[in-house]
Amino acid sequence: MSPPTADSQWPLWEVFVQEKAGAPHEHAGSVHAPDGELALQAARDVYARRGPIASLWVVESERIVATTTADAASFLEPGPEKLYRHSRFYSGPKARKSK
Amino acid sequence: MKATVESLLRLGDDRLVLGHRLSEWCGHAPILEEDIALSNISLDLIGQAERFLGLAGAREGRGRDADALAFLRGPTEFRNCLLVEQPDLDFAHTIVRQVLFDSAALPELERLASSSDAELAELCARAAKETRYHARHAREWFVRLGDGSDESHRRMQAALDALWPFTAELRESEPEASWGAELSRLIETARLRRPGDPEYPTGGGRRGVHSEHLDRLLAEMQCVARAHPGASW
Repeated sequence: MSPPTADSQWPLWEVFVQEKAGAPHEHAGSVHAPDGELALQAARDVYARRGPIASLWVVESERIVATTTADAASFLEPGPEKLYRHSRFYSGPKARKSK
Repeated sequence: MKATVESLLRLGDDRLVLGHRLSEWCGHAPILEEDIALSNISLDLIGQAERFLGLAGAREGRGRDADALAFLRGPTEFRNCLLVEQPDLDFAHTIVRQVLFDSAALPELERLASSSDAELAELCARAAKETRYHARHAREWFVRLGDGSDESHRRMQAALDALWPFTAELRESEPEASWGAELSRLIETARLRRPGDPEYPTGGGRRGVHSEHLDRLLAEMQCVARAHPGASW
Protein backbone atom coordinates (compact mmCIF):
# COMPACT_ATOMS: atom_id res chain seq x y z
CA MET A 1 0.00 0.00 0.00
CA SER A 2 1.34 3.42 -0.92
CA PRO A 3 2.19 5.79 1.93
CA PRO A 4 -0.27 8.63 2.42
CA THR A 5 0.53 11.81 0.55
CA ALA A 6 1.11 15.11 2.28
CA ASP A 7 -2.58 16.03 2.26
CA SER A 8 -3.31 12.74 4.10
CA GLN A 9 -5.29 11.47 1.12
CA TRP A 10 -4.41 8.43 -0.91
CA PRO A 11 -3.03 8.95 -4.41
CA LEU A 12 -5.34 10.43 -7.00
CA TRP A 13 -6.42 8.27 -9.94
CA GLU A 14 -7.98 9.46 -13.18
CA VAL A 15 -10.99 7.47 -14.36
CA PHE A 16 -11.81 6.72 -17.99
CA VAL A 17 -15.17 5.27 -18.92
CA GLN A 18 -16.07 3.40 -22.10
CA GLU A 19 -19.80 3.42 -22.76
CA LYS A 20 -19.83 0.59 -25.26
CA ALA A 21 -17.31 -1.76 -26.82
CA GLY A 22 -15.27 -0.05 -29.49
CA ALA A 23 -16.06 3.46 -28.26
CA PRO A 24 -13.22 5.61 -26.90
CA HIS A 25 -12.51 5.67 -23.18
CA GLU A 26 -13.43 9.15 -22.04
CA HIS A 27 -12.24 10.95 -18.95
CA ALA A 28 -14.98 10.86 -16.31
CA GLY A 29 -13.26 12.29 -13.24
CA SER A 30 -10.98 11.13 -10.46
CA VAL A 31 -10.95 9.14 -7.22
CA HIS A 32 -8.58 8.65 -4.31
CA ALA A 33 -7.42 5.07 -3.70
CA PRO A 34 -4.43 3.25 -2.23
CA ASP A 35 -3.95 1.02 -5.27
CA GLY A 36 -5.31 0.10 -8.69
CA GLU A 37 -7.89 -2.50 -7.65
CA LEU A 38 -9.50 -0.20 -5.09
CA ALA A 39 -9.30 2.71 -7.55
CA LEU A 40 -11.19 0.57 -10.04
CA GLN A 41 -13.83 -0.25 -7.41
CA ALA A 42 -14.19 3.38 -6.37
CA ALA A 43 -14.48 4.36 -10.04
CA ARG A 44 -17.18 1.77 -10.53
CA ASP A 45 -19.18 3.15 -7.62
CA VAL A 46 -18.69 6.80 -8.44
CA TYR A 47 -18.78 6.89 -12.25
CA ALA A 48 -20.25 3.66 -13.57
CA ARG A 49 -23.27 2.90 -11.44
CA ARG A 50 -25.84 5.03 -13.19
CA GLY A 51 -25.70 3.57 -16.67
CA PRO A 52 -24.46 0.71 -18.79
CA ILE A 53 -20.68 0.77 -19.03
CA ALA A 54 -18.50 -1.49 -21.18
CA SER A 55 -15.13 -0.87 -19.57
CA LEU A 56 -13.29 1.23 -17.01
CA TRP A 57 -9.69 2.41 -16.92
CA VAL A 58 -7.92 4.00 -13.99
CA VAL A 59 -4.49 5.56 -14.15
CA GLU A 60 -2.51 7.26 -11.42
CA SER A 61 -2.82 10.99 -12.01
CA GLU A 62 0.88 11.52 -11.50
CA ARG A 63 1.60 9.14 -14.38
CA ILE A 64 -0.04 11.57 -16.77
CA VAL A 65 2.37 13.91 -18.51
CA ALA A 66 0.46 17.03 -19.43
CA THR A 67 1.03 20.44 -20.92
CA THR A 68 0.71 23.50 -18.74
CA THR A 69 -1.16 26.71 -19.47
CA ALA A 70 2.17 28.42 -20.05
CA ASP A 71 3.01 25.86 -22.71
CA ALA A 72 -0.16 26.45 -24.66
CA ALA A 73 0.96 29.32 -26.86
CA SER A 74 4.15 27.78 -28.17
CA PHE A 75 3.09 24.16 -27.96
CA LEU A 76 -0.48 24.03 -29.20
CA GLU A 77 -1.50 27.10 -31.18
CA PRO A 78 -0.51 27.11 -34.83
CA GLY A 79 0.42 30.25 -36.65
CA PRO A 80 -2.61 31.86 -38.33
CA GLU A 81 -1.25 31.01 -41.79
CA LYS A 82 -0.72 27.35 -40.90
CA LEU A 83 -4.26 26.14 -40.27
CA TYR A 84 -3.49 23.16 -42.50
CA ARG A 85 -1.51 21.81 -39.59
CA HIS A 86 -4.77 21.10 -37.78
CA SER A 87 -6.14 17.70 -38.65
CA ARG A 88 -9.69 19.06 -38.53
CA PHE A 89 -10.41 17.93 -42.10
CA TYR A 90 -10.09 14.31 -41.14
CA SER A 91 -12.40 12.32 -38.88
CA GLY A 92 -10.69 10.88 -35.88
CA PRO A 93 -11.69 9.04 -32.71
CA LYS A 94 -14.56 10.76 -30.91
CA ALA A 95 -12.53 11.52 -27.82
CA ARG A 96 -10.02 13.55 -29.83
CA LYS A 97 -12.58 15.85 -31.43
CA SER A 98 -12.75 19.31 -29.99
CA LYS A 99 -16.26 20.28 -29.01
CA MET B 1 -40.81 -27.06 -4.73
CA LYS B 2 -41.87 -23.53 -3.79
CA ALA B 3 -39.84 -21.70 -1.18
CA THR B 4 -41.64 -21.31 2.13
CA VAL B 5 -42.61 -17.94 3.57
CA GLU B 6 -40.19 -18.67 6.40
CA SER B 7 -37.21 -19.17 4.11
CA LEU B 8 -38.07 -16.04 2.10
CA LEU B 9 -38.26 -14.03 5.32
CA ARG B 10 -34.78 -15.30 6.24
CA LEU B 11 -33.36 -14.17 2.91
CA GLY B 12 -35.17 -10.84 3.06
CA ASP B 13 -34.50 -10.06 6.72
CA ASP B 14 -30.76 -10.80 6.46
CA ARG B 15 -30.50 -8.24 3.70
CA LEU B 16 -32.81 -5.65 5.22
CA VAL B 17 -30.95 -5.60 8.52
CA LEU B 18 -27.47 -5.71 6.96
CA GLY B 19 -28.48 -3.03 4.45
CA HIS B 20 -29.67 -0.79 7.26
CA ARG B 21 -26.45 -1.38 9.21
CA LEU B 22 -24.33 -0.41 6.23
CA SER B 23 -26.45 2.67 5.63
CA GLU B 24 -25.28 3.92 9.03
CA TRP B 25 -21.89 4.60 7.41
CA CYS B 26 -23.43 7.11 5.02
CA GLY B 27 -21.64 10.36 5.77
CA HIS B 28 -19.24 8.67 8.21
CA ALA B 29 -17.07 6.27 6.20
CA PRO B 30 -13.28 6.65 6.41
CA ILE B 31 -13.03 8.19 2.95
CA LEU B 32 -15.54 9.63 0.49
CA GLU B 33 -15.07 6.82 -2.05
CA GLU B 34 -15.78 4.21 0.63
CA ASP B 35 -18.80 6.17 1.83
CA ILE B 36 -20.24 5.90 -1.68
CA ALA B 37 -19.32 2.22 -2.03
CA LEU B 38 -20.92 1.22 1.29
CA SER B 39 -24.03 3.24 0.49
CA ASN B 40 -24.29 1.52 -2.89
CA ILE B 41 -23.93 -1.91 -1.31
CA SER B 42 -26.51 -0.92 1.30
CA LEU B 43 -28.96 0.09 -1.43
CA ASP B 44 -28.36 -3.18 -3.30
CA LEU B 45 -29.14 -5.15 -0.13
CA ILE B 46 -32.28 -3.16 0.67
CA GLY B 47 -33.42 -3.67 -2.94
CA GLN B 48 -32.86 -7.43 -2.57
CA ALA B 49 -34.74 -7.39 0.73
CA GLU B 50 -37.68 -5.63 -0.87
CA ARG B 51 -37.95 -8.35 -3.52
CA PHE B 52 -37.59 -11.29 -1.13
CA LEU B 53 -40.04 -9.78 1.35
CA GLY B 54 -42.45 -8.91 -1.45
CA LEU B 55 -42.49 -12.55 -2.53
CA ALA B 56 -42.81 -13.68 1.10
CA GLY B 57 -45.82 -11.41 1.57
CA ALA B 58 -47.46 -12.61 -1.64
CA ARG B 59 -47.03 -16.26 -0.65
CA GLU B 60 -48.18 -15.63 2.88
CA GLY B 61 -51.47 -14.33 1.48
CA ARG B 62 -52.32 -12.11 4.42
CA GLY B 63 -52.12 -8.87 2.51
CA ARG B 64 -48.72 -7.83 3.86
CA ASP B 65 -46.42 -6.25 1.27
CA ALA B 66 -42.66 -5.68 1.60
CA ASP B 67 -43.19 -2.40 3.47
CA ALA B 68 -45.57 -3.98 5.97
CA LEU B 69 -43.10 -6.79 6.61
CA ALA B 70 -40.14 -4.44 6.94
CA PHE B 71 -41.72 -1.74 9.04
CA LEU B 72 -44.58 -3.28 10.99
CA ARG B 73 -43.05 -6.43 12.47
CA GLY B 74 -41.43 -6.54 15.89
CA PRO B 75 -38.00 -8.02 16.67
CA THR B 76 -39.29 -11.49 17.55
CA GLU B 77 -40.83 -11.77 14.08
CA PHE B 78 -37.54 -11.08 12.31
CA ARG B 79 -35.71 -14.11 10.93
CA ASN B 80 -32.30 -12.57 10.18
CA CYS B 81 -29.13 -14.20 11.45
CA LEU B 82 -27.51 -12.55 14.43
CA LEU B 83 -24.36 -11.69 12.48
CA VAL B 84 -26.04 -8.96 10.42
CA GLU B 85 -27.45 -7.09 13.41
CA GLN B 86 -24.05 -6.74 15.09
CA PRO B 87 -23.05 -3.08 15.42
CA ASP B 88 -20.28 -1.31 13.55
CA LEU B 89 -17.84 -0.86 16.39
CA ASP B 90 -15.25 0.20 13.83
CA PHE B 91 -14.57 -0.20 10.11
CA ALA B 92 -12.91 -3.57 10.75
CA HIS B 93 -16.16 -4.96 12.16
CA THR B 94 -17.99 -3.80 9.04
CA ILE B 95 -15.52 -5.46 6.70
CA VAL B 96 -15.27 -8.70 8.67
CA ARG B 97 -19.06 -8.93 9.04
CA GLN B 98 -19.45 -8.38 5.30
CA VAL B 99 -16.84 -10.99 4.37
CA LEU B 100 -18.40 -13.57 6.69
CA PHE B 101 -21.90 -12.86 5.42
CA ASP B 102 -20.99 -12.82 1.73
CA SER B 103 -18.91 -15.99 2.07
CA ALA B 104 -22.02 -17.98 2.90
CA ALA B 105 -24.61 -15.81 1.11
CA LEU B 106 -23.02 -16.05 -2.33
CA PRO B 107 -22.96 -19.86 -2.59
CA GLU B 108 -26.47 -19.96 -1.16
CA LEU B 109 -27.78 -17.52 -3.77
CA GLU B 110 -25.96 -19.36 -6.55
CA ARG B 111 -27.47 -22.64 -5.41
CA LEU B 112 -30.98 -21.16 -5.16
CA ALA B 113 -30.59 -19.52 -8.58
CA SER B 114 -31.09 -22.97 -10.09
CA SER B 115 -34.04 -23.79 -7.86
CA SER B 116 -37.17 -25.26 -9.45
CA ASP B 117 -39.05 -22.36 -7.86
CA ALA B 118 -38.80 -20.00 -10.84
CA GLU B 119 -39.68 -16.82 -8.95
CA LEU B 120 -37.13 -17.53 -6.24
CA ALA B 121 -34.50 -18.55 -8.81
CA GLU B 122 -34.85 -15.26 -10.65
CA LEU B 123 -34.51 -13.15 -7.50
CA CYS B 124 -31.49 -15.15 -6.37
CA ALA B 125 -29.72 -14.93 -9.74
CA ARG B 126 -30.13 -11.18 -9.64
CA ALA B 127 -28.98 -10.94 -6.03
CA ALA B 128 -25.99 -13.22 -6.70
CA LYS B 129 -24.74 -10.85 -9.39
CA GLU B 130 -24.72 -7.95 -6.94
CA THR B 131 -23.33 -10.04 -4.11
CA ARG B 132 -20.35 -11.09 -6.24
CA TYR B 133 -19.32 -7.45 -6.34
CA HIS B 134 -20.01 -6.92 -2.62
CA ALA B 135 -17.81 -9.91 -1.81
CA ARG B 136 -15.02 -8.67 -4.04
CA HIS B 137 -15.12 -5.25 -2.42
CA ALA B 138 -15.09 -6.58 1.14
CA ARG B 139 -12.37 -9.16 0.42
CA GLU B 140 -10.03 -6.55 -1.00
CA TRP B 141 -10.36 -4.52 2.21
CA PHE B 142 -10.14 -7.63 4.36
CA VAL B 143 -6.72 -8.52 2.92
CA ARG B 144 -5.38 -4.96 2.93
CA LEU B 145 -6.39 -4.29 6.53
CA GLY B 146 -5.47 -7.74 7.85
CA ASP B 147 -2.09 -7.59 6.15
CA GLY B 148 -1.74 -3.84 6.76
CA SER B 149 -0.41 -1.79 9.65
CA ASP B 150 -0.06 -3.13 13.20
CA GLU B 151 -3.18 -1.28 14.22
CA SER B 152 -5.31 -2.41 11.27
CA HIS B 153 -4.17 -6.00 11.82
CA ARG B 154 -5.02 -5.83 15.51
CA ARG B 155 -8.48 -4.39 14.83
CA MET B 156 -9.23 -6.94 12.13
CA GLN B 157 -8.23 -9.85 14.37
CA ALA B 158 -10.35 -8.41 17.19
CA ALA B 159 -13.35 -8.09 14.85
CA LEU B 160 -12.82 -11.59 13.48
CA ASP B 161 -12.60 -13.05 17.00
CA ALA B 162 -15.74 -11.16 18.06
CA LEU B 163 -17.85 -12.07 15.02
CA TRP B 164 -16.66 -15.64 14.40
CA PRO B 165 -19.13 -17.27 16.83
CA PHE B 166 -21.97 -15.95 14.64
CA THR B 167 -20.81 -18.04 11.69
CA ALA B 168 -22.38 -21.07 13.39
CA GLU B 169 -25.76 -19.71 12.37
CA LEU B 170 -24.70 -19.33 8.74
CA ARG B 171 -24.20 -23.09 8.61
CA GLU B 172 -27.92 -23.52 9.26
CA SER B 173 -28.77 -22.16 5.81
CA GLU B 174 -25.64 -23.07 3.88
CA PRO B 175 -23.34 -26.02 4.66
CA GLU B 176 -19.83 -24.92 5.57
CA ALA B 177 -18.45 -27.27 2.92
CA SER B 178 -19.44 -24.76 0.24
CA TRP B 179 -17.73 -21.73 1.78
CA GLY B 180 -15.50 -22.67 4.72
CA ALA B 181 -12.36 -23.61 2.80
CA GLU B 182 -12.34 -20.46 0.71
CA LEU B 183 -12.93 -18.33 3.78
CA SER B 184 -10.01 -20.02 5.55
CA ARG B 185 -7.76 -19.29 2.58
CA LEU B 186 -8.84 -15.66 2.63
CA ILE B 187 -8.12 -15.40 6.36
CA GLU B 188 -4.66 -16.85 5.70
CA THR B 189 -4.02 -14.43 2.82
CA ALA B 190 -4.92 -11.57 5.15
CA ARG B 191 -2.41 -12.97 7.68
CA LEU B 192 -5.14 -13.32 10.28
CA ARG B 193 -5.75 -16.24 12.62
CA ARG B 194 -8.90 -18.28 12.19
CA PRO B 195 -10.64 -18.36 15.59
CA GLY B 196 -11.62 -21.69 17.07
CA ASP B 197 -15.24 -22.67 16.89
CA PRO B 198 -17.10 -21.90 20.11
CA GLU B 199 -18.18 -24.72 22.35
CA TYR B 200 -21.65 -23.22 22.58
CA PRO B 201 -22.49 -21.71 19.18
CA THR B 202 -24.44 -18.47 19.05
CA GLY B 203 -27.78 -18.72 17.32
CA GLY B 204 -31.48 -18.12 17.57
CA GLY B 205 -32.00 -15.41 14.96
CA ARG B 206 -33.84 -17.80 12.65
CA ARG B 207 -36.33 -18.45 15.47
CA GLY B 208 -36.77 -14.79 16.34
CA VAL B 209 -34.41 -14.75 19.32
CA HIS B 210 -32.30 -11.64 18.78
CA SER B 211 -29.81 -9.41 20.55
CA GLU B 212 -30.75 -6.01 21.89
CA HIS B 213 -28.96 -4.53 18.88
CA LEU B 214 -31.88 -5.47 16.66
CA ASP B 215 -34.38 -3.68 18.94
CA ARG B 216 -32.48 -0.43 18.55
CA LEU B 217 -31.96 -0.89 14.84
CA LEU B 218 -35.67 -1.50 14.25
CA ALA B 219 -36.69 1.37 16.52
CA GLU B 220 -34.74 3.71 14.28
CA MET B 221 -35.61 2.04 10.98
CA GLN B 222 -39.33 1.80 11.70
CA CYS B 223 -40.06 5.02 13.59
CA VAL B 224 -41.23 7.06 10.59
CA ALA B 225 -43.43 4.31 9.17
CA ARG B 226 -44.99 3.68 12.57
CA ALA B 227 -45.52 7.35 13.35
CA HIS B 228 -47.35 7.88 10.06
CA PRO B 229 -49.40 4.74 9.42
CA GLY B 230 -50.42 4.32 5.81
CA ALA B 231 -48.18 7.10 4.52
CA SER B 232 -46.56 6.46 1.16
CA TRP B 233 -43.14 7.62 0.01
